[in-house]
Amino acid sequence: MTDAAGSYAVTLRNLERRFGEFVAVNRISLDVRQGEIFGFLGPNGAGKSTTIRMLCGLLEPSSGEGTVAGLDIRTQREEIKRRIGYMSQKFSLYDDLTVEENIDFFSGIYRVPREKKAARKDWVLDMANLQEHRHTRTGLLPAGWKQRLSLGCALLHEPRILFLDEPTSGVDPLSRRTFWDLIYEMASQGVTVFVTTHYMEEAEYCDRLALIYRGELVALGTPSDMKGSLMADQVLSVSCERPHEALGVAAGLEGVRDAALFGRDIHLMTEDAGDLAPRLRQVLEARGFQVGTMEPITPSLEDVFVSLIEARDRADGSQQEFKA
Amino acid sequence: MLERLIRMLIKEFIQVLRNPRMRAVLFVMPVAQVIIIGYAVNTDVRHVPMAVYDLDRTPATRDLVARFEGSGCFDVVRHIGSEPEIQEILDSGEAKAVLRLNRGFAEALSGGGTAQAQFLLDGSDSNTASVALTYAAQISGDFNRALLGQRFARTAGVRVDAEPVTVVSRAWFNANLDSRHYFVPGVLAMIVAVLTIILSSMSIVREREVGTMEQIMVTPIGRLEFILGKTIPFAMIGFVDVAIIALISVFWFQVPLRGFPPYLFLGTALYLLSTLGIGLFISTVSSTQQQAMMTAFFFMLPAFMLSGFVYPIANMPKIVQILTLLNPIRYYLVIIRSVFLKDLSLGVLWPQMLGLLLLGGTMLLLAASRFRKTMS
Repeated sequence: MTDAAGSYAVTLRNLERRFGEFVAVNRISLDVRQGEIFGFLGPNGAGKSTTIRMLCGLLEPSSGEGTVAGLDIRTQREEIKRRIGYMSQKFSLYDDLTVEENIDFFSGIYRVPREKKAARKDWVLDMANLQEHRHTRTGLLPAGWKQRLSLGCALLHEPRILFLDEPTSGVDPLSRRTFWDLIYEMASQGVTVFVTTHYMEEAEYCDRLALIYRGELVALGTPSDMKGSLMADQVLSVSCERPHEALGVAAGLEGVRDAALFGRDIHLMTEDAGDLAPRLRQVLEARGFQVGTMEPITPSLEDVFVSLIEARDRADGSQQEFKA
Repeated sequence: MLERLIRMLIKEFIQVLRNPRMRAVLFVMPVAQVIIIGYAVNTDVRHVPMAVYDLDRTPATRDLVARFEGSGCFDVVRHIGSEPEIQEILDSGEAKAVLRLNRGFAEALSGGGTAQAQFLLDGSDSNTASVALTYAAQISGDFNRALLGQRFARTAGVRVDAEPVTVVSRAWFNANLDSRHYFVPGVLAMIVAVLTIILSSMSIVREREVGTMEQIMVTPIGRLEFILGKTIPFAMIGFVDVAIIALISVFWFQVPLRGFPPYLFLGTALYLLSTLGIGLFISTVSSTQQQAMMTAFFFMLPAFMLSGFVYPIANMPKIVQILTLLNPIRYYLVIIRSVFLKDLSLGVLWPQMLGLLLLGGTMLLLAASRFRKTMS
């Protein structure tokens, strides 16, 4: 493949999807490199699932363009389906079939070559740790096991791109961890993983992230990009006594966008921590608070997203006021 | 193509046959239904309870009453002794008919005059009443002829036939006019339609409801492979049920099987095209199993009323008769009734077969074209 789309696993240009008046996905453009773990983040209803469904050929875009594995998502949907694996939050396996019957079914549907079938089945059973349970009805398995089996079935035909739509929702933290170990293993073998999630700690595992909010792409970059250059605000961590009362005082200060308690510390979002720190110390000490350390810290991804989303809300808000 | 289809079929059969409730619905219910309905659905009028108000009490009146009883159509349940009792017994429903014979009945007959008899009938069930009335007229007619014969013999001294012209009727195809022979094959059409329409529509909608449809749709499975995989199992089950019900009809209910049995299977194959097409169509307009079930019922009730299963199509207003041309059940009923009772050749049956083929083909194509591998 020589064209530009060929070197990327996924490319999107102004991709849009409307449901009547409602714009679920609003002109998103991004590229996903081959072999990377690409995280697609956003609150519920932001348009994550709609985007992933367009990429997998389940939904037609209203406008814009996109390619998956170099194939057009509008015209080559069936070819795309042959080359991708897809797993959604619902563990869509047949509950009334046994583990083995589910594997055989998907293996047949994906037309895994006859000579490879047994090996692939073993691979899935090993990967999902279900060798002992091959004759168990799938409906009787715990959620974490079903999810591993589901992933296995999505990988039977050895796709080069894997789409995971909130794969770990409703699964206990331990299973979530083992699941991510599997994702890393896939990525190390060169499989591109496109994963949506709203768990922040999962976002940290990704090579690159896209944050989407109300159907729009808000930020795009590596987790450290996000915490560094993309973060508009700085975070000032303040330790002082009676933090609950001090929080009320600090929140009222000029230049403080947001204030929150973090354990016994106060985290303040501000545009300029250097300017705020001396003023804050002065005000707090004048009110009789014993102030300890006061230092700018690296924000967590959660801080970054909250700040980005609030910035977007403020921008939309002022726009609406202007219109009115 | 073939591998995916075979996988779909294996999966569908496992799902259907592993579920005990489903097994009961598919193989026990049809048997129970055909047996129960076979006994119950019956328009033959026999043993109508009748009361007698005999004021004459002569051999002549006893002879007439005995003829009513002997016909098999009427059972004398009570002899009543007063006028108000007539009202009472008809109101309570203890008797559906009352035969009233006035004083002087025998005298009038022996005097060569006309004797009056009154026959009162509960007409609320119009069908039974009109059949009973016909029987009553026949019985009194026979009685008259016997009397006339006696009078001729007495006056002329010779045996003379009382009636120069007699119409001797014989019913073809169902010599005893046994309504069971007519209805049991109809029950077959009903059961097969109910099973295949409801189950095929629900089985597709169920995948949508549970979420497995989404998983299937991201696989490279073809639309045709999916649709065939969903309909062939129910078609095969439909054939098995037709065979079971046909055997029960013939060996249990003694319905004759005069026609060529392969026509039954050809007709069934064409009929299943329609019912499965309808099932598939319903699944494309429903998003929950409940909706599918409701839609199926809204279709089936009028479809049965307007199929000729109970009410003859020839009795319907012209415009409704034209409407029934869109009803696959009407064609199938003609085919199965003829296979059981008439032994018609394809030369006679082809319009019915063609009707089913056209309806079924259109329905399936329409449903398949509505069925998309995308969501929303």
